[in-house]
Amino acid sequence: MKSDDDITQRRPMDMPLARVPVGDVHVIAERCKECGYCIEYCPTQVLVYTKEMNTKGYHYPIVAEGKETSCVHCKYCDLICPELAIYTTSSDDDRDSDG
Amino acid sequence: MNTQTDSSFSVVHPIDHLMRADRLPHILCAGCGIGTVIHSYVHAINEFGVDEDRHVCVSGIGCSGRAAGYVNVDSYHTTHGRALPFALGIAVYNPELTVTVISGDGDLMAIGGNHFIHAARRNANLNVICINNFNYGMTGGQVGPTTPVGAKGTTAPQGSVEHPFNLPHLAKAAGASFVARWTVLHVRQFTDAVLRAMNKKGFCFIEVLAPCPTSFGRRNNLGEGLDEVEMYRQRCRIENGAQDLEPLDIDIVDHEQTITVGNFVDIERAAFLA
Ligand SMILES: Cc1ncc(C[n+]2csc(CCOP(=O)(O)OP(=O)(O)O)c2C)c(N)n1
Ligand code: SF4
Ligand SMILES: [Mg+2]
Repeated sequence: MKSDDDITQRRPMDMPLARVPVGDVHVIAERCKECGYCIEYCPTQVLVYTKEMNTKGYHYPIVAEGKETSCVHCKYCDLICPELAIYTTSSDDDRDSDG
Repeated sequence: MNTQTDSSFSVVHPIDHLMRADRLPHILCAGCGIGTVIHSYVHAINEFGVDEDRHVCVSGIGCSGRAAGYVNVDSYHTTHGRALPFALGIAVYNPELTVTVISGDGDLMAIGGNHFIHAARRNANLNVICINNFNYGMTGGQVGPTTPVGAKGTTAPQGSVEHPFNLPHLAKAAGASFVARWTVLHVRQFTDAVLRAMNKKGFCFIEVLAPCPTSFGRRNNLGEGLDEVEMYRQRCRIENGAQDLEPLDIDIVDHEQTITVGNFVDIERAAFLA
């Protein structure tokens, strides 16, 4: 059985060249019905519910404090949204793989 | 971060040009999986890269049957159970069109079940997306042909005593050229399956599991839409190319049972008048 250390020591040879995309999140608040799919399945936990409600009384997603540059533009929130209420765009500000 | 709170904009999402965006938000319940299926379908049209005028969407009756009313391609909302014969007429008249049927388990498999087996038998040039939420959602939760034994519905308050269809097995046995099963959690794989269907001649069938928290989840201790989707994440096992589809029954209310998903069948067979 390998320890965590063994596993983390194996790094792809081109790791320093890899660029991690950064995305900007756009929310169409009036379409949201608070199903929570985007918040639950964001791989970098960028989103939280707002305290305010939209006109239908739902708490919609916003970017959590301190997570402004954490979106990796994977578009999963966009694709799974049943309401077409959220999408991401590339921020042209990719960072290297070491963060 | 950009939050659009003004609903007067008619085009705001990058895929809105393929939606009848003035009808959004749609009527479907919070957490209902049908919206994700509609979204994946228009996403697939966008990726397909063929003139959107060549796409036709046909639905029957039910919450799932609302799909045709929200997509901005030529679309038809037909009578209950008759989406397939209607779509077949279109496909036979003009084989250049890419005709996709999006409808529910009740519409396609109960009242429309006979059309389904014969369209598959003939290998009609159609893509069929069956949104399986295990009940008749729109009419309040009656049991239907995919409701598992023991699951509760308005017509089976003590639990259903009927054996359900295993849809991929049925589609394969009836002669479909392409057969897949995914869930709304597997949006990327599902969208890829829809794209494969669009690129293939013949009868292509995709079952997609979707939560109906209002009519089915509530009665069967499945919780909100998010709880059911989380259950898909825990219980689904991907088995692309699975040969024997007979054991792939789904018992959604048995939390211990595995749900097998994947692209199962992809064969070549002469398509009907295509
Ligand atoms: C001829 C006819 N019979 C019955 C009905 C009532 N009815 C409306 S929707 C529906 C079932 C829909 O179930 P499904 O296709 O699973 O769609 P869902 O609402 O679950 O998405 C029924 C029986 C009808 N509209 N027309
Ligand atoms: S009743 Fe069920 S299927 Fe119909 S919109 Fe509501 S959640 Fe969806
Ligand atoms: Mg149904």
